[in-house]
Amino acid sequence: MSRAEHLVRRVPVGSIVVGGLVYLLHQDFWFWRSAQPLVFGLLPIGLFYHAAYTVASSLVLWALLRSLWPRVDEPGADAAGFADRPPAR
Amino acid sequence: MIPTVVVFSYLAVVLAIGLVARRSGHQRNAEDYFLAGRSLGPAVFLLSLFGTNMTAFSILGASGHAFANGIVTYGLMASSSAFVIPLTILVIGTRLWLLGKRHGFITPVQMFRDRWECGHIGTCIFAVQAVLLVPYIVIAVMGGGTTLSAVSGGLVPFWLGGAVVSLVVMGYVFFGGMRGTAWVNTFQTVLFLTFGAIAVSVISAGMGGFTHAVQTLLQSPSTAPLLTRERISPLYFFSYSFIPLSSIAFPHIAIFCFTARRLEHFKRTVVLYPICMLAVWLPSVYLGVVANAAKDVPAISAKLEARMTLASIGNTLPADDLDRLRARAGGDDVIVRLLEGYAPIWLASLLGASVMAAVMASDSQILALSTMFTEDVFAFYGGARRFGASVQVQTGRIFVVLLTVVAYVIALGAPQSIFDVATQYAFAGYSALAPLLAAAVFWKGSTKWGALATTVWTAAAVLAVALIQSAVPPPPPGVAVSILSLGGVDVISRAASGTTVLGVLPVVPMTMGSAFLMVAGALLTSNSLTGAAPLAKYFPGGQSL
Repeated sequence: MSRAEHLVRRVPVGSIVVGGLVYLLHQDFWFWRSAQPLVFGLLPIGLFYHAAYTVASSLVLWALLRSLWPRVDEPGADAAGFADRPPAR
Repeated sequence: MIPTVVVFSYLAVVLAIGLVARRSGHQRNAEDYFLAGRSLGPAVFLLSLFGTNMTAFSILGASGHAFANGIVTYGLMASSSAFVIPLTILVIGTRLWLLGKRHGFITPVQMFRDRWECGHIGTCIFAVQAVLLVPYIVIAVMGGGTTLSAVSGGLVPFWLGGAVVSLVVMGYVFFGGMRGTAWVNTFQTVLFLTFGAIAVSVISAGMGGFTHAVQTLLQSPSTAPLLTRERISPLYFFSYSFIPLSSIAFPHIAIFCFTARRLEHFKRTVVLYPICMLAVWLPSVYLGVVANAAKDVPAISAKLEARMTLASIGNTLPADDLDRLRARAGGDDVIVRLLEGYAPIWLASLLGASVMAAVMASDSQILALSTMFTEDVFAFYGGARRFGASVQVQTGRIFVVLLTVVAYVIALGAPQSIFDVATQYAFAGYSALAPLLAAAVFWKGSTKWGALATTVWTAAAVLAVALIQSAVPPPPPGVAVSILSLGGVDVISRAASGTTVLGVLPVVPMTMGSAFLMVAGALLTSNSLTGAAPLAKYFPGGQSL
């Protein structure tokens, strides 16, 4: 296997794209100078966005668990009781 | 009197937890004492890992920052951390756990030494990590003294408060080791989440509802910007998102990753970590912002008046008056003041105890430094081999006592501002050390010389920024003083909020420079690659990323 092929197989490209996208969504310049609308009458929109972003982070991390989880051929995986599972891709 | 009794009862409880932890766990060797025998269950692992990250800075500092700067505090410090910290735990923390489980690593430096076959470079990494960690311990002692003094209404003086808090933290770390520390952190996190939620409801009722408070802020031109982020540039906001990279590079967090009983425990921690962040930070920031509408609380009204005076005639005042005014306008105690104003005394007392919990988060750092000293210095230089495992644990305990005493003595004599600066830039320093961990675990081609270059760069950069911060006084808000400019472009500037490099926080060039040096150092010293046998431990498939 060439090094390029190895990289493509080994690196979870989709997860990196999703992670990068979530990181970019943190830089929300669109609510920069506005407090309105007030969500529930008490949360400025910029604060609500970042609170929602925090909840979304939890969901994205849940989705990324499988692809970023250590592979079974990584050292110590047997000790973790993962030896009988298929490689995470 | 009641708050003092409640807080002292709380301190007695956490000390008792440390003693119970000692009885319930075997502490025959270093792994038992420093890592709780790698046996923490999922709930304790999540809550104590989160509690370890939840320091005085995150609770008192967050509400104080929000009081002065508005809702931007949450985006700066919480939401980026809520994604980046659990992501680094997932990507790097799980690998650390696997390597620790198989090869018996107790500290990150042990792994670095093994990974790059480097003894003294490991000592160099230890020294930089230790120096960056000490200010946190000093700050915690100061925070403990200040908070206990404030909660008791001056009944307990600062020196006694600091001594009591130091003794309690030292006690449960000394007796309980990692198990005691983890249990206390879990207890503190649960306490804070529970009473924090009650406090938000009570304060809301006292202020006539948060809707009313927000409308009051919106109607005033001086407070309406607090509900937006217009006072901070998007570039500054972006650069702050590099700070959470520091979390996994902090030795106490990396060491904590070794303590889980099973790798599966990381899953719940990774997914629930952002929710814990939301539960603690959103109320802290929100209360800090709406405190600007609590003019009926005398202590807060005095802060708002001091801030107005600063804005109007601050430039004309002598330096001493200016410092006094800044201290009066400071918002780090704003949650305590809101509780005093709106909560019944028993609840304010319980919350005071919760605030103490956050202030006392130095336990993990003390234990981490003790672990690092006994493993990376004492054991590495032959102490464990010569004197045995039992003496090694006792050495760790003695180190805990010495460290606490030294931190206490420094806290009594040194001005807090020095340590505020030190902790502020320690975050940047640890972010710059993050490439070390990533390279060790993921890059087969990394070398010890790249690691050394990264470490030396980090130390030099932190020192340089600290010197600039100390030498150039902060200008008034909104003004930037150019320190170095090239071709008409301001490269390094000093603003009220700190030092910037090309408009971004120093953490950005520090981390990028660190990653660059790791790569360049490795490419230039490719003849120093780790031998095949040690490398196989880390890359059994033969290839790295």
